[in-house]
Amino acid sequence: MKIAVCVKQIPDPATPYELDSENHFVVRPDDQVLDDTDRYGVEMGLQLAEATDGEVVLVSMSPANNLQGIRQALAMGADKAIVIDDEALRGSGALVTARVLAAAIEREGADLVIAGTESTDGYVGVVPQMLAELLGMPAMTFARKAELTDGTIRIERQTSGGYDVVEAPLPALVTATSGSVEPRYPTFKGIMGAKQKPIEQPSCAELGVESVGSAGSGQEIVEVRPAPERTAGVKIQDEGDAHTEIIKLLEQAKVI
Amino acid sequence: MSKEPVKAGRVDPRDFLEIDALLSDEERLLRDTVRSFVADKILPDIAEWFEEGVFPIELAKEMGALGLLGMHLDGYGCSGSSAVAYGLACVELEYGDSGTRSFVSVQGSLAMFPIRAFGSEEQKQEWLPQMAAGETIGCFGLTEADAGSDPGAMRTVARRHGDDWVLDGTKMWITNGGVADVAVVWTQSDEGVLGFIVPTDTPGFSSNDIRQKMSLRASVTSELVLDAVRLPGSALLPGVRGLKGPLACLSEARFGIMFGAVGAARACFEAALDHAAGRKMFGKPIGSFQLIQRQLVEMAIGVNRGMLLAMHIGRMKDSGSVDAAHISMGKLDNVRMALDVARTARSVLGASGITLEYPVIRHMNNLESVYTYEGTHEIHTLILGQALTGISAFE
Ligand SMILES: Cc1cc2nc3c(=O)[nH]c(=O)nc-3n(C[C@H](O)[C@H](O)[C@H](O)COP(=O)(O)OP(=O)(O)OC[C@H]3O[C@@H](n4cnc5c(N)ncnc54)[C@H](O)[C@@H]3O)c2cc1C
Repeated sequence: MKIAVCVKQIPDPATPYELDSENHFVVRPDDQVLDDTDRYGVEMGLQLAEATDGEVVLVSMSPANNLQGIRQALAMGADKAIVIDDEALRGSGALVTARVLAAAIEREGADLVIAGTESTDGYVGVVPQMLAELLGMPAMTFARKAELTDGTIRIERQTSGGYDVVEAPLPALVTATSGSVEPRYPTFKGIMGAKQKPIEQPSCAELGVESVGSAGSGQEIVEVRPAPERTAGVKIQDEGDAHTEIIKLLEQAKVI
Repeated sequence: MSKEPVKAGRVDPRDFLEIDALLSDEERLLRDTVRSFVADKILPDIAEWFEEGVFPIELAKEMGALGLLGMHLDGYGCSGSSAVAYGLACVELEYGDSGTRSFVSVQGSLAMFPIRAFGSEEQKQEWLPQMAAGETIGCFGLTEADAGSDPGAMRTVARRHGDDWVLDGTKMWITNGGVADVAVVWTQSDEGVLGFIVPTDTPGFSSNDIRQKMSLRASVTSELVLDAVRLPGSALLPGVRGLKGPLACLSEARFGIMFGAVGAARACFEAALDHAAGRKMFGKPIGSFQLIQRQLVEMAIGVNRGMLLAMHIGRMKDSGSVDAAHISMGKLDNVRMALDVARTARSVLGASGITLEYPVIRHMNNLESVYTYEGTHEIHTLILGQALTGISAFE
């Protein structure tokens, strides 16, 4: 069983982001960290690999000058990583990312692909579905639980009111929700062993991916505006009936 | 010159001297891992543990799984990390609480280290893997009620009975004593000071926890009573005779304390920095007053200087050039610094500074123990005095 887990390195969320004035993408600083939400996908992959005596391969399109985030995922227990960093990829949108990841996964060969639901820098949230389409795999999205039995993947798909149980034959793609599993801490032995694990760095040409960068993206970010300031909340004075007011507001917000 | 000679206005108050840049990627990842462990598993409950006076023993196995226990030892299930990595872990653990750091220091440096360094092959194989996993808890019995700074005055004694040994005496102030499965106990004997591995269920062995402590409350401190404890010859640590045995263990543990104290200081400094920004008096944040700014500055200098000192001595240890006196300098200065920072932070927080809602008074009280154990401030001063002059002023 080979499980490919897509992971992303992002700017440290603790430091303010800068946007490129031309293409409006987040400027990638030298120091990058593993997207926190990707730890769930890695953990899910590791658990499924442990249950099936399988192997976990990380796949990431990422500037490779700093591989700290990839090493973190390797330290958690992944077996190897494929990192695609190519000057030509600057300014690539979601579709190019999906094409690059698909090419890398196809070359590697995988029975199961796991991704997060969306990255916490761009928040586009469409790459996994595009990837599934390109790989010709069913997209099993928003899994809060995943199980493998005899070539079948079965997930609990999170919905707004509960969950659906969805099954598909392998190969398939699953996206793991945050909180679906409890990501392990890398062990010290894992951390020290991570630097011996292979990190392959193929170029776009080696993967046979053409027309990348902003030109190949088929999208253009026309304008970026700051989110509107939060407006002041509603203050409810409790005169014994505050709870009914609060319930009304929650109902209006359709959360209950 | 293409580079700006000095960049302006871009310092990080939480890593002022960019000490992060002195760490390798691997060291940073290890540090960050312990940092998240502390944030997830220790910080949420530490105030309660401290108030109730309990050590969260259930953390032992989790620490073992991470690789924290005996991490700087190699083989036998230990992580085999560098001295600096061990130090960085201590910084983060003690950012949480000196009690949790003490647990790790005692397990790794005081109980596992002597077995690794002075034990027989059978002893290493029997004890180290389960101790590294946190399944077996160790303690270290050197101090006695009347033998503290002068451990040579200890009265606990081991006598040969055929192939066996019989131990009699009482140890005092023993961290983990009441929760330990095994004690490394140091005794007098006809052959000089000896070390023994004593399973705590051996008949004649008992412990009494010390109650009503105001410091290290989230750590167990106990008296160990050895009343004709009979041990087979295989319980003796064969590799060392004399006080240099326990002193070698103390050097290992002090090394971790020298780092750990910086963590406690950083926690206090950060609490004060946050408080100074948020707390308004006379219509402005108290951080805008010169007197408070000076306190913040002194704290920041202390924390940064302490970290540099620890890192320097840590690199010396990894390169094999460190002397016990270097570690004494680190322990002495960093614990003194941490206590100063904690007291200053306590004052910056005003009344809030006396509650367990903030970490400051907990660290401040804990550091009183750290100031005394593992060689008091005065004893380290005398060690340094001797190193400088060649003259011992102990007696
Ligand atoms: C919380 C806690 C945990 C501990 N855990 C352990 C443990 O796990 N194992 C263990 O073996 N011990 C442990 N100890 C004991 C600790 O190491 C001793 O308390 C320490 O060595 C000091 O001994 P003492 O308390 O008897 O003080 P004393 O030696 O009586 O010292 C009292 C004062 O006199 C000063 N003094 C002593 N001699 C001189 C001198 N020659 N010149 C100048 N000043 C001097 C000291 O600096 C100190 O200020 C622990 C202590 C505490 C508080």
